[in-house]
Formats: sequence, structure tokens, C-alpha cells
Amino acid sequence: MSGSRTEARLTEAPEFRLAVIAVLVFSLMAALSPDRFLSPQNLTSMAFQFPEFAILALAMTVTMMTGGIDLSVVGVANLSAVVAAIILTAFADPETTGGLAFIWLALALLASLTVGATAGLLNGILVSRFGLPPILATLGSGLVFTGLAVAMTGGSAVMGFPDIVFVIGNARILLVPVPLILFAILAAGLHVLLTRTGFGLRITMYGANPLAALCAAIDIDRILLRVYVIAGMFSSVAGMIIMSRANSAKADYGSSYLLLAVLIAVLGGVNPYGGYGRVVGVVLAVLSMQFLSSGLNMLQVSNFARELIWGGLLIFVMVVNTTNWAGFRTRRGPFKSS
Amino acid sequence: MDQPQTGAFVEMKGVTKHYAGVTALEGVDLTVAAGEAVCLAGENGSGKSTLIKILSGVEPASAGEIRIGGKTMSRFSPRMATAAGLMVIFQDFSLFPNLTVAENIAFAGELAGRRRFFSARSARAAARSVLDRVGVDIPLRARLETLPVAHKQIVAICRALACEARLIIMDEPTASLTEREVRALLGIIRLLKEQGVAVVFVSHKLAEVLEVSERVVVLRNGRKVVEGPAGTFDTASLAMHMTGREVRDAAPGPVPDSGDTLLRVEALDKPGSFRNVSFDLSAGEVLGITGLLGSGRTSLAKSLFGLVAPESGRIAVSGADVPLGDPVAASEARIGYVPEDRLTEGLFLTQSILRNVAVGRLGDHERGGFLQHRALAAEASGWLRRLKVKAPSVAAPVQSLSGGNQQRVVLARWMARAPRVLVLNGPSVGVDVGSKADIHDIIRDLGARGLGVIVISDDLPELLATCHRILVMKGGRMVEEIGAGSVTEDELAHRLAS
Repeated sequence: MSGSRTEARLTEAPEFRLAVIAVLVFSLMAALSPDRFLSPQNLTSMAFQFPEFAILALAMTVTMMTGGIDLSVVGVANLSAVVAAIILTAFADPETTGGLAFIWLALALLASLTVGATAGLLNGILVSRFGLPPILATLGSGLVFTGLAVAMTGGSAVMGFPDIVFVIGNARILLVPVPLILFAILAAGLHVLLTRTGFGLRITMYGANPLAALCAAIDIDRILLRVYVIAGMFSSVAGMIIMSRANSAKADYGSSYLLLAVLIAVLGGVNPYGGYGRVVGVVLAVLSMQFLSSGLNMLQVSNFARELIWGGLLIFVMVVNTTNWAGFRTRRGPFKSS
Repeated sequence: MDQPQTGAFVEMKGVTKHYAGVTALEGVDLTVAAGEAVCLAGENGSGKSTLIKILSGVEPASAGEIRIGGKTMSRFSPRMATAAGLMVIFQDFSLFPNLTVAENIAFAGELAGRRRFFSARSARAAARSVLDRVGVDIPLRARLETLPVAHKQIVAICRALACEARLIIMDEPTASLTEREVRALLGIIRLLKEQGVAVVFVSHKLAEVLEVSERVVVLRNGRKVVEGPAGTFDTASLAMHMTGREVRDAAPGPVPDSGDTLLRVEALDKPGSFRNVSFDLSAGEVLGITGLLGSGRTSLAKSLFGLVAPESGRIAVSGADVPLGDPVAASEARIGYVPEDRLTEGLFLTQSILRNVAVGRLGDHERGGFLQHRALAAEASGWLRRLKVKAPSVAAPVQSLSGGNQQRVVLARWMARAPRVLVLNGPSVGVDVGSKADIHDIIRDLGARGLGVIVISDDLPELLATCHRILVMKGGRMVEEIGAGSVTEDELAHRLAS
């Protein structure tokens, strides 16, 4: 039942390979540029950088587990950030401090999570009730969310927050960056949800075979609604971190994050056809990507070459992962095993 | 009709196949003459499929010799097999659902002819001539997916003929056909044989096997156990050779006296599928519903479990109405459903055996939102033991099991939920002979324990072996109710097809 028994041996699990890759990339970068890559400044700056897109990758993961995808994550993140920013600038100003600022921040966070949940609910309704293919439903809704954010702001950045907003994306608690803490909480929560709850197992089973899930009397609509609501709320958390780090909100921040989130989820071993995915894998994929990107930054590799290397890494890991899936595929062929 | 020609068309000698230490076939000889029909019988796992794979060039033999038309084949490949006129028609037919009948029939031949451009007109002409050869009329411009299964199969046969097939190998040709369609198929086979085309049937549906073949070859555990003229076998002796033991099918016991009405279906109506269907089911009763393909039996089965929403009517369990068209509500009313197509509807193939059973009981093993993994696993393993599922490990993916064991996994999932009414749609489709008898035992036992069981099937011996009462559907209506025990198989077949 539990993961450890299903995944026969540790070394055979795709997550093991990902761990090896993460260590390899880390060692390589450390070897190429030891004084700069291993410097405390670089390590902390990495820890501040990755949580925002890593959380989007978690949102992507949970939808991919059902065989779907959520292309609206960045749109949701920006829309909820814009809503929060408008609240923070309309009712508070940079001079607001103390309890009042805290109350307004809490209200803004609440509003942003509500926006995320509502957006996710909308995606869920499109996918479950109307039966649209998730890739198209969320592509469309993502444009709608971005469009709403543009309409609210006129396309310019909203800024001028109370100082307390700075905390979400830039402060540390006991030396640990706050965004990293948020990411850790969400990753651990998603892991527990997927492996320890009936809902999580139903997600996996639905992803493995939606038709069999229907025939096993699983409430499919409810699962999809909840999955997309979770994805939406995760996106709005990412939106809050982006807002705090940029100290502003804008309709088109983080547009490169969408592809990155898909990439990380796939790198992390999540089966895009649904039915398999582990949070551990996604975390390892996030780390590999961040090590690679910072390391290349240190080495002053041009941005274009960096994309080339990212793409190369994606294809390499997919090929390695696909050989693992091949065993499943061939058995589904026209020959029955007999 | 059968004039065995001298000189075998295909000759396999001492064919042996090892897969990673497992011997799938050992020293099997098989000869097929032109115009001859041979039946290859065996349970799942007996080596039938391996033999076809070798004969069609998909897998190389580990040892042995293949001769076609007297020539010894070395490095035999699918391409060589096709060129020699060996065609395999798989259970799923491997056709293109979005293309027309004519395109499906003509494509392979056109490609083989290395023509650069496709002409719809010549394709239709080619398709027409092949259809005439088998004496069947199917609209050439119809899209394949709109055809009934029996017609799809005819299209697959025609495609093989368009490629100048001299030997057609058919994998489970009768599995999805009703009795009447089987008759039609047999007619076509006889025509083909007269034209000198040889046929190899691979089947574990026994009665039909005997009727059409000149010769029967039975495989068991990778070896040929017996070979002889079809006339010397009957259902019982064939089953015995296939399983290596006597298979008996007892008749169901009497309906328990308590006999309260458990399920009441009133005036259930869905235009286009079934009309005004009403029946009662008492506790402890096993009720059979049968009819030809298209009689509405499958839609009716699905509507009982909410997978199909009827337009009007009423379903009640112990007097309480069940909302129509909602599987979750149906399962809450403790109606269970075992689907016809195990692989696409019944099982989560890549998931473990244990999960496939446990998925039905998640709600009852959650405490404070968290799953009680240990209790869940213990309960599921208990049911797997009770239903005698043979598996090396419950953590293995369910797709590694044989058909019979897979069906037991689906049954275990529902039995763990303690249903009051269980709807079994084709409970032994694609299940080997030995497991079939076991599944029939399970069905009788379910009835004896007070469940209401509905068996939807066109396997008449199965209905007679398990059901107390049989309802016959025709054109969407219930036309007849037959008390089991009052009819023989032949009478039932006649009433069904008349």
C-alpha cells in the first residue's frame, strides 16, 4: 500500500536518479567555480530565488497527477497578486505600520487566496462539468485571468506597499528564508495529501484510469474540482512571494515561469498521462534546475546558452525516465500476455 | 467443402521459445494446409499467443523450424510473414476508427502496392470486390467507428484478403459476437476455405471452436497436449485437455425462502436503448439478462449503476428510491457493478493489486482525514485470499495477472463493500476455462449469501449454470422470462436468436 513497498527498490525509483543528477549538478558547479558557487551569499540567494517557481511546479504536479495540466498558474498568481496589491495600496500606504499594516496584509492574503481558489474552481468546473481538455480549458482561463489583471491595473505595476509586505519574500526566520519555509510547508503538505489520504490515493487512481474510477464509484467531479482549487491556491501563494520580492504587482510578471513549472514537474518524474508522481521527485528537480541556473550565472554563460542547457537537461531526463516507462507501454500492445 | 490438399502451407517443427528463463513454448509442431481451418485451443498462459507471435514473425523462435510453402524461413520477420500471406487479426482488429470502410480495407493493399497517391475511387472498387468475395454488404463510405463489432471484424477479414492473405490467424474471433453473428462469421469462414484460404482460430470459447474446424490442437503450459480431428472432441473433453482436469458446472441452488424483493425496477426507459423495462429481484436470487448485441442489455446494465441516465422510470433498493444516472448514489444504495471491459473500465492497470481492491473502501478507512494503511491493506489482502487470487505479491501491478485473476480482483473490490445488489456485466469474458468455473462458483455463493445478483451475458451455458431466472431482451424490450432449469441450452439459443 505505502510507497516504499510499491516501489520495489530504492535504486530503481526515478527519484533516485533525480537525486544523483541533483548531486552531480551541484558538484559540477561547485568544482567549476568553488569560491563563488559555494559562497554563503550564493547559497542564500538561491534559497530566495527558487520557491516562487517551485510552488508553481507543485501546482502543476497535482493537476498532472490526474492526467491534466494547469496552464493558468502564472495568470492566477498575477491576478491574485494584483488584487492583493490593490487592497494594500488602496487601504494602506507605505507609512502604515504596526497592527494596522498587519491587518491589511492579512486581509490582502485572504483575498488573494480566495482569488486563487475561485480561479481554480472555475478551471475545475470547465474540466469536470463541461469535460473540456485541461490543456485548452486552462490555456483559455489563464488568458482571462491575465486579462482581468491588465484591466484592473491598466497594465502598469501596482506599488507602494507597507513595509510588512517585504517579509513574505525577503525576510528570514532563524536564518531560513521565509519563501523557502512556505515552499517546504506546501511541499510537505502536498506529499502528505498524496500519500496519506484517501483523496490523494483517489487522485492517483483517477489519473491511472478515469473510466475505471467512474466504474469504481469514485466521485470524479469532486476530485477534479478539489485538484484545480488546490492548484489555484498554490499559484496565489506563489503570486504573493513574487509580489513581495518585486515589491509590486503586475499582470505580466513571471511569464517564463509557466514553461519552467511544466518542465520541473516532468523532470521530477510526474507522469504527464496521470497516475504517477512524487513530491520528492519534484523537489529534486527544482534543486537541479536552480543549481544549474545559478552555476551558469556564476560562469557568466549567456542566457541563450542557458536555455539550450536547460532544454538538453529536460530531454536527457525524459529519455532516462521513458526507458523506465517502456516496460508498461509494451505490455499494453495488441498481444496479450499468455 | 473440406478437401485437404496435399502439402502443408505452413509447417512449424519443434518450435521452442524461452523468455528470460521461462519456457513459453516447448517443441510444438503445427501444420496448416491450404483451405484448412485449425483451432488452437488453450487457457490463458498456455502459449497460444506466443505461438502466434512466432508464426507472424513478431518474435523469433528460440529453436525449431518454420516452413512456408515448403521453403524453410530463416530470420523470419513480420514483413516476410505478410509477403507470404500470413495475416493476424487481433481481438481489437487494429483498424482505423476514423476512416471509412473502403479506406480501411484498401489501405494496406495500396501501401503494399507502393502506390504514391491514394485514389478514393480505386480504393472503393478494391474494397467492393473483396466484400463481394465474402458475400457481405457493408456501406463503403461509412466511418468504421459507426459499425457494430461484427461488421468491424468483417472489415478486418476483408483487409487481410485485400493483402492476398493465404492464412488468416484470428485471435479470439468470437469473444465479442453474439450467437447469430457467430453463425454469420462461420459462413464467411466456409466461403474462404472454399477459396483456398486457411484459417487458424485461437480461442478459449469452446463450442464454436468445434463446429468450424477440421482439426483441433490443444496447448497446455507451452506444450501440445493433444491434436486430432474436430469431430472427436466435445466441450467436456476439450475443457479437460485445456485445464488438465475435469471442469464441472453445477446448477444453482434454490432461491432462499425469505425472498424479499430487494431491487425493484419500474418502467425504466431510454429511447434508443431500452424501453419500459420493469423487473424485480429478490434477495438471494441470481437473475440473468440476455439478448443479442444491440438488444439494450449493456445500456440497461449500465443504467442500473448510474453510468447511463435513463429518461424516466424508477429504481428502488428495499423500497428506497435510487437517484438515476449517478454511480456514486448507486454505490451508496449498495449497488455494485462489474464492467464488461475489465482492461479499460474495471482495472487501474498500472496500479498495484492491493490498491485495485482497496480503492472501493477508502472512505471507510479514513480517520481524521488520514488513511489507515494497515487496516486497509489487511482487509484487501483478506478478500484477495478469499477469492483465491493467485499473485506473487499484492504490490505487483494488476496488469501482471491473468484474465481470471484480474476479474477476481474486480469482484473482490465490490465484495469488500458488502453490496446488496451486484450487477455483473459479462463476468467471464476473456477468462480461461478453469477460472470461469471458479467465477461461477463465486456467483452462486453470492446468491446463497443473500445478495441479489444480476448476470448480463450472452454466454448461455454460463446463464444456465448460475441463474435462477433469465430475462430475454430484444430491440430494447423485455420479451420473455424463462425459469432456468426449464430450458436446455439449445432452446435458449433458439429463443434468443429467433
